[in-house]
Amino acid sequence: MGTKKVTDETFDADVLKNDKPVLVDYWAEWCGPCKMVAPVLEAISEEHGDKLDIVKLNVDENPVVTQKYGILNIPTLGVFKNGEVVKELVGARSKSALLRELADFI
Amino acid sequence: MSAIHEVIVIGSGPAGYTAALYAARAQLKPLVFEGSVTAGGALMNTTDVENYPGFPGGIQGPDLMDAMRKQAERFGAELRAEDVTEVDLTADPKRVIVEGETHLARAVIIATGSRYRELGVPGEKKLSGHGVSWCATCDGFFFREQEIAVVGGGDSAMEEALFLTRFARTVTVIHRRAQLRASKIMQERAFANPKIKFRWNSEVSEILGDTKITGLRLRDTVTGEQSELTVGGVFVAIGHDPRSELFTGQLATDAEGYLLVEQPSTRTAIPGVFACGDVVDHTYRQAVTAAGTGCAAALDAERYLAGGTNPQDTY
Repeated sequence: MGTKKVTDETFDADVLKNDKPVLVDYWAEWCGPCKMVAPVLEAISEEHGDKLDIVKLNVDENPVVTQKYGILNIPTLGVFKNGEVVKELVGARSKSALLRELADFI
Repeated sequence: MSAIHEVIVIGSGPAGYTAALYAARAQLKPLVFEGSVTAGGALMNTTDVENYPGFPGGIQGPDLMDAMRKQAERFGAELRAEDVTEVDLTADPKRVIVEGETHLARAVIIATGSRYRELGVPGEKKLSGHGVSWCATCDGFFFREQEIAVVGGGDSAMEEALFLTRFARTVTVIHRRAQLRASKIMQERAFANPKIKFRWNSEVSEILGDTKITGLRLRDTVTGEQSELTVGGVFVAIGHDPRSELFTGQLATDAEGYLLVEQPSTRTAIPGVFACGDVVDHTYRQAVTAAGTGCAAALDAERYLAGGTNPQDTY
C-alpha cells in the first residue's frame, strides 16, 4: 500500500470518513525522529495496508488539523477510527514496538 | 542459521559508525545493527554541532551522522536499521538476535548510547505530548510567542534554550543549583540572550495541567519553598542514562548502568566483547570522544580476532 499524504483539505475525506482505521503521522521536515520513524511506517503500511491506512500530515503546512488535535510534539502517531481518535503515540518507536501498540488495528 | 560474521556492531552514532568504519577498513565486513528509530544516535536530534573538529563553520548533527554512515558503508560495512532484541555474548560464536533472527559473530562491539532522562514527577507522563518535550528541534515550532521553560543546567539545556528563543517569547531555564554546568561559551550566549531568564536553585516537583500543560510547580532546593510558574511548554534536558539493559546479567555495569570496560581499552569482561561511546562514558559524552572510543573498539576487536593480546602487537 504505502503511506499517503493528507492535508487540512483532505483530512475529512481521507481520515475522518475513512471506513478503515487510519494512523496519522504528524511530522515536519526539520524533525529528526520523524525521519527515523518514516521508513518504519512505510514498512508497516506495505505489510498491513489492507487493514490500516497510514497517512502523513505535515504540521508546518497544515495548521488547522494540527491545532484541532492539539499536537505539540512530533512525531505523534494518532489512530482514528470512525472519525474519533482512539490511540495516540508520542515519539518515534521501533517497528516491533509499534506493531505491539497497533495490534488491535492490524 | 547464518554464516559467522567477524564483527557485529550493536548501535550507531559517532561511536558505532566509527567502529564500523575502522572494522570495514580492516576488512572485517562488520554487520551493524543501527537501531530502527535510534539510528544515528543522539546527534540526530541536534542542530548545529560546533565542536566536532574539522568543521570550522559547524555542521548539522544529522548531516554529520549521515556522512559518518556513508563513510562506513563505502568501505563495506553492512548497515541495517534494525533493533537487537537479545544477545548471548558468552556463547561461541556470540549470538545477536534481531526480531527472532539469530546472527553469529566472533566479536561484538557495543555502541548503544544513552537515552534522555525523565524528571520522574507527577504530570510528566500524562502531559508528554501535551506540552512536555525532550526535543527542542522537533517541537519548538509549536510554542511560538509563548512562555516556556527548559529544565537543566548543562550544554544540552543551554542549546535547547537558545534554539527555543527563535520561537518563544521567553525561555526560563530552571536549574537546581546556583550555577550552570554548561561550557563557558554556552553560558555566555545564554546570559547574553534577552529572552532567556533563569530560576536558580529550583527543581520541578510537578507538571501542572489537565489535558495540556499550564505550568510547573517548583521547589526551592535551598529553602524548600514551593512556587508556581505559568508556562505553555517545558523542555527537559537533565541528562542521559546509558542504554545497557540489553546486556543485563551478561556484562557488569556501574551503579548508574554504564558498561564497565578495562580502560583505556574498550574490552569488557567477556573476551571478544567491546563497548564504546556514551554507554560507557559518563565523563566526557562528546561526539568526538564517542568517535574516538569507537575507533579503539574496532582496533581492539581486530587485535582480538588476530589472536593478539598485547596492544603493542598490532598498533
